[in-house]
Amino acid sequence: MRPGTGYRVFVHVAALAVSVVILAPFGWLLYSSVAGQTDLISRPMTWIPEHVTVERYREIFAGGGTSQGAAFRSAMVNSFLVACGTVIVSLAVGVLGGYALARLRFPLRRVTLLAFLVTYMLPPITLIIPLYLLMSRFGLLDTKTGLIIVYCSLATPFALWNLSTFFASLPPELEEAARVDGCSRLGALVRVMLPLSRPGILATALYAFLLCWDEFLYALIFTSTTTAKTIPVAIAEFTGRNAVDFGLIAAGGVLASIPPVLLAVVFQRYLISGLSTGAVKG
Amino acid sequence: MFGVVLYPAGRALVISFFDVDSPFPGAYPFVGLRNYTEVLSDRRLWAAAEHTAYFTVVSTALELVLGLFLAQLLAAPLRARWLFRAIVILPWALPTIVNGAMWRWIMNAQYGVLNALLTQLHLQGGYRSWLGTDPFLALNMVIVADVWKNTSLVAFFLLAGLQTIPPGLYEAARVDGAGPVRSFLRITLPLLMPTIALVLVLRTIEAFKVFDIVYVMTGGGPASGTQTVTFFTYLEAFSAQRFSSGAALAYLTVLAILVLALIHLRLLRQNDMGTS
Repeated sequence: MRPGTGYRVFVHVAALAVSVVILAPFGWLLYSSVAGQTDLISRPMTWIPEHVTVERYREIFAGGGTSQGAAFRSAMVNSFLVACGTVIVSLAVGVLGGYALARLRFPLRRVTLLAFLVTYMLPPITLIIPLYLLMSRFGLLDTKTGLIIVYCSLATPFALWNLSTFFASLPPELEEAARVDGCSRLGALVRVMLPLSRPGILATALYAFLLCWDEFLYALIFTSTTTAKTIPVAIAEFTGRNAVDFGLIAAGGVLASIPPVLLAVVFQRYLISGLSTGAVKG
Repeated sequence: MFGVVLYPAGRALVISFFDVDSPFPGAYPFVGLRNYTEVLSDRRLWAAAEHTAYFTVVSTALELVLGLFLAQLLAAPLRARWLFRAIVILPWALPTIVNGAMWRWIMNAQYGVLNALLTQLHLQGGYRSWLGTDPFLALNMVIVADVWKNTSLVAFFLLAGLQTIPPGLYEAARVDGAGPVRSFLRITLPLLMPTIALVLVLRTIEAFKVFDIVYVMTGGGPASGTQTVTFFTYLEAFSAQRFSSGAALAYLTVLAILVLALIHLRLLRQNDMGTS
């Protein structure tokens, strides 16, 4: 079956149009981060900047003391630490728990799975008020640890759900063979199941990371200084406070987008297959 | 784990029956359902509910229709398909807050590139305020930003569904003389129904909870015209420190989401029976 020429031309033109619609705002963000301030506020718009500057990027990387740049840099570090901490904890729980849910028969198995699913559906706004009261009592407000704990409550149900469907899709005979050869249950999990489920684990880790990087509501409420503030909060604050310095907001936006965009493009295949195994079948 | 979810969930329910107005422990009066009745008779809640409903319906519908089209393109025999897929995944990877800040800047009333472009192409007489004056326009512009970002996720979901349809079916339809439109309506849509259902449920619930993009793009304004239910709850609880009405509002949201999910499931089940 060979599609006609007309169809092929149409498809390519459409793909090109879609690419333009997607890339144009990105292009503008990049442009705004390097064009001079006078170019940004010129009217009518000149389109080709008279001045090109990397000053804003330098401020973010090297700006000291209490500058916007330094605040932004520490937010970036915080986001990174919080996201990594959450990924590690939720993966550890997800692998062990997901395996148990997929392979072991124990009472209330379905109920446990459902309970996790329901917690995943609960809107954060419901939990945020008591959590705020709780965290202020335990002195966890405005700490990275507090944020990691809260994010684990978002990422762990997801990791459990995803990994248990992934484990269930692997044939149990493989493991049985390993156990006949003298492996313990844990040994079989580590030596046989984990290597086989690398794609599933990678996809889950990526989702958890992106989830943390993107999360805003909790971070907004639970953090207040540079010790724990994450990237989305820092950018929202820039935007609110500094309505004139678009260039700096744009530069910050570009930098904040680099990690997730890189991850998504490089691991595209895993993310998409993660969608089809974890979600469509589940 | 349960400590971070189940305890607060129960605790929120308790708070919603008391009158808690500070984050410190203490004795607060029990007021029964008064928080709920007060909140329900608040006109601002109904306005916010209206905005949320409009936002949810329009953005989900647009994302689904555009996503269906985009999924077909993603599956089409393109040169450099990997490149196209890499481009389409970009908006999804972009952090929501950056997306909001970016569109806010693009739609800026004085220096925004949207105004510059439309004016210089003579599609519009002069610069206008997209987010600042007309509440309804601002709400629609927030929808534009949301659709721009989330259509790509919907498309990839649908692509995953498309790939489970055996290509033999299309060939058989061609042999039987069915055109592309017919085979789309008769094969693709019915077989894609489970995926569409899933995407609809997920997106509706997400859209219903919308907060961050509103926060960064309009801050709820102009004239509270883009305030959504979650945003209103946030203001009640954390700006006005009325934790109890906040908790009551949050539980009303949970209820609404539950009802929404049930309606969805019912509709889709009926739909399934209708087509098969």
